[in-house]
Amino acid sequence: MARLSVQSLNALRDQLQAERAGREGKCRATVIVHMGTCGISAGARQVMTALLGALEERGIADVAVSSSGCAGMCSREPMATVQRPGEAPVKYADLDEKKIVRVLDEHVIGGSIVKEYALAMGSERAG
Amino acid sequence: MAVKRLHLMVCAGTGCVSNKSMEVKAALETEIEKHGLAAEVDVIPTGCNGFCGVGPILLVQPDGIFYQQLRPRDIPHLVEEHLLKGRPVQRHLYTPPGEKGTIPLMSDIPFFHAQVLIALRNRGMIDPEKIEDYIAREGYQAAAKALTTMSPQEVLDVVKASGLRGRGGGGFPTGIKWESTKRAPSENGTRWVICNADEGDPGAFMDRSIIEGDPHSVLEGMIIGAYAIGATRGFIYVRQEYPLALKRFMIALNQARESGLLGEDILGTGFSFDIEVHRGAGAFVCGESTALMASLEGNVGEPRAKYIHTVERGLWNMPSCLNNVETWANVPPIILHGAEWFTQLGTGDVSENPWGGSKGTKVFSLAGKINNTGLVEVPMGITLREIVFDIGGGIANGKRLKSVQTGGPSGGCLPEELLDLEVDFDTLTAAGSMMGSGGMLVMDEDDCMVDFARFYIDFLMAESCGKCTPCREGLRNMNMILQRICDGKGQEGDIELLEEISACMIDAALCALGTSAPNPVLSTIKYFREEYEEHIREGKCRAGVCKALITYKVDADKCSGCTLCARACPVNAITGETKKLHVIDPNVCDRCGACYDACTFDAIIRV
Repeated sequence: MARLSVQSLNALRDQLQAERAGREGKCRATVIVHMGTCGISAGARQVMTALLGALEERGIADVAVSSSGCAGMCSREPMATVQRPGEAPVKYADLDEKKIVRVLDEHVIGGSIVKEYALAMGSERAG
Repeated sequence: MAVKRLHLMVCAGTGCVSNKSMEVKAALETEIEKHGLAAEVDVIPTGCNGFCGVGPILLVQPDGIFYQQLRPRDIPHLVEEHLLKGRPVQRHLYTPPGEKGTIPLMSDIPFFHAQVLIALRNRGMIDPEKIEDYIAREGYQAAAKALTTMSPQEVLDVVKASGLRGRGGGGFPTGIKWESTKRAPSENGTRWVICNADEGDPGAFMDRSIIEGDPHSVLEGMIIGAYAIGATRGFIYVRQEYPLALKRFMIALNQARESGLLGEDILGTGFSFDIEVHRGAGAFVCGESTALMASLEGNVGEPRAKYIHTVERGLWNMPSCLNNVETWANVPPIILHGAEWFTQLGTGDVSENPWGGSKGTKVFSLAGKINNTGLVEVPMGITLREIVFDIGGGIANGKRLKSVQTGGPSGGCLPEELLDLEVDFDTLTAAGSMMGSGGMLVMDEDDCMVDFARFYIDFLMAESCGKCTPCREGLRNMNMILQRICDGKGQEGDIELLEEISACMIDAALCALGTSAPNPVLSTIKYFREEYEEHIREGKCRAGVCKALITYKVDADKCSGCTLCARACPVNAITGETKKLHVIDPNVCDRCGACYDACTFDAIIRV
């Protein structure tokens, strides 16, 4: 590493913090891609890869991306759930690589639900 | 910029590493590669998480899921379930002792959420071998702030106002020590700062964990201290037995030098300072300031009388400021957040008198008969009960607590009645124990207090340098007396003799090793005198530890003749046929207790 000055130390810190936001557990939203056998065979892997690629392109590190099992509606896979803090989770169905990117831009980043793709609001109760 | 969706923080502290956490890490990397997740998932080795009792530990971020006791063979399933399908694996989650439900989130586990982290602020969150990880968590910001916006005097004033006291055990106000070093006359202006990383207390591993988990925090504290004091060179005295700590220090030093954070013209501010590491040979007495400095000079590690303090004439007769690892690690946050922030935590009032209270937090290593063995950082003023029962999870195996020892070999044993004492420097000293460097040993009803005192006096006798008579001869004689009490040959007057020798050592020993050495004896006599008396007068050891005072017998009503005890006996003292009563021959029995542990019918009795 090059010798640091106070300015370059601060710049480095800001850059490193942005990269490591997920490690700190600080996230503006969580996107869960349902990756049961049904989801994967319907293309959930491609959806996941497209989502991660789009996040990287946009330089966003504080969106948590997670996977989960089958959501129970195998016929509507690939599915994903978007959860923004303080808002009800939204499930999207019949996704593909392009749709997930639109969900990312409009809902995850923009804050407005993409109604055409949305299946339902809320999640099942646990237990 | 590569976005990683998941960060797997694998504990790489010594405790977890010895439980194969590096193999767990390798298994994680193999599985991640196999599932094509390498671009999405980061595996980060971190310093000690403190919860050593349940290691190897894995924290999955940003989810905050805490996995424990992982084995390499658990990993394929875990990667498939959690990383691919997003389902935390129940059976590797934490379950509190005596309960059935699991606690998935690290932040919900009582062991963690009752702690306040200052010295351990980066615990488990950084890779200690990467300076970038430290910088991302505000690392070197305090040094930058001090060097560019504060005068040395202003830095000193903040540390003084914070009320920070030496975490190595003495509890001497750090700001006063810095000020004395700064003011001490030095012909050529040479002053040193020294870091005491010679942690020698049995069962204490606070400093090791700080160095292994966050070495840069110690370096940054030393840079700030050197700037305030006017030192241009620093030394770290680390014991030989800490190879991982040493390695991490060396990596951190090189990284800091390459980045212009150590050496000439730090951060382009014109201030120059560098640090040298010295490996000690592992003598307990070298944790004492003058012995440490003698050892640093290349001489025999023996203390000297302190008519002249080391802040005036220390290492090579130059003004020297020696602080412990944890003290140095506390400095950067104090400079960054201010003295007022620090004084919000803790006891007393330090605004007028630096000895008026204990501020901030203290790191303790919890060991002994406690459920959650490990490392904890708690605010000063917390009670021993909260540490032992809320954070420590209480006593293992449903036994009753007998005593808590604080302060290592130089500390004392406090009985259960004193568990509501507030933990601070002065309260513990007043009760006959001490804060010490932070070892905390919990004992239950199966521990004999006389034997315990004998153990520590034995340790101290071996570690006494022998330079002064009170310590050398005092310990030898105390050891002899304690040994004979444990052997059932104690005499009337032995307790009083122990007290007399102790008083002499406290008055006349040369250094703190000798003056504090009687603490284990005096505190056990003070709070558990009846156990000493039982040993001497009745030939009885209620805990069943002192072998000369116990016999094992078979309870005829309970013995089923299963032969387990006879097979466990290493000296063939037990005879009996299958399904018939067994008998122990007291003349052959060497009282090892193997039959007692082996019997499943509680038929072996200890009297």
